[in-house]
Amino acid sequence: MEQATTLNHTEDVYEPSLTPDSLGKLGMWIFLIGDTMSFGALLAVYAALRAGAGVIGWVPPSEILGINLTAFMTFLLICSSVTMVKSLESIQKGNVSRMCTFLGLTILGGVIFLGLQVYEWTHLIKHGLTLTEIPHHSLSGAAISGSTLFGPTFYAITGFHGLHVTGGVIYLIVILIHGLRGRYTAEFNHEVEIVGLYWHFVDLIWIMVFTFIYLL
Amino acid sequence: MAKNEHDKHPRYMLIFLWLAILTAIEIGVAIPEYSIVIKAILLIGLACGKAFLVAAYFMHLKLEKRTLSVIVIIPFLICVFLVIMLMPDLTTDTRHNAIEKPAEKVVESTPH
Repeated sequence: MEQATTLNHTEDVYEPSLTPDSLGKLGMWIFLIGDTMSFGALLAVYAALRAGAGVIGWVPPSEILGINLTAFMTFLLICSSVTMVKSLESIQKGNVSRMCTFLGLTILGGVIFLGLQVYEWTHLIKHGLTLTEIPHHSLSGAAISGSTLFGPTFYAITGFHGLHVTGGVIYLIVILIHGLRGRYTAEFNHEVEIVGLYWHFVDLIWIMVFTFIYLL
Repeated sequence: MAKNEHDKHPRYMLIFLWLAILTAIEIGVAIPEYSIVIKAILLIGLACGKAFLVAAYFMHLKLEKRTLSVIVIIPFLICVFLVIMLMPDLTTDTRHNAIEKPAEKVVESTPH
């Protein structure tokens, strides 16, 4: 009894030491916090340039960008986040094949997202949105003019996010290969949780990018 | 960490449903033409709601120690601060003042 009281007291006073599991998770959180600042800076610059466009004006993004496609891309990333948590849930219950299936679906979601982004970029470049110019006509065909800074900021932000998705897909493939080789069990699965943190973060950032760049 | 299995795995499909509903509302709010300020407030509010759902339930922040939530929310606050601090320097009025008025002011303030 006395020993138990002493142990409880020790737990109250000191934080438990970092284990390999918690160390990896902490490392990912630190990376994500740094990444938040990178995206935050990009979005802040976008907002500042838009506010400062003044006399030249800033073409409403909805006149150049199609919302329907990107709304579907948003929905796709949300779906892939669900398959990611389902994958973690499966391995925590010891179901390896279910985990691999859900991981595969998550990867598929990421790959389709990237494919749609390539399609969108190609379409926009053909329509006249480049790093130095904006299209002369809106989606409805009306003549438009405004700051040419929309192009570089749009491509920088969506491109930076696209790179994160690409990195996430590669990361997920590595974890899937480990999973197929039987590395993960109900007791050992923190690596799946860590890749999940990264993937949900990519989803979370897209929620912000979708709002700031496409909807506003 | 989690107290039991239900706490450890929230109802993910319910969260998914909420995220889908909020996305649909976002599009409904974004399409009509009205005040950009009201639109911005509504859309940013909805985006923050969605971000909260992802962070709290999918990233399991709700099940982690509160200290981690505090650490995670700080960069978001710093980003808001960054936007607010950039605005005064780039708004139309300050740019116009900087372009149009400095020469007059210099002449006026020069002692003879």
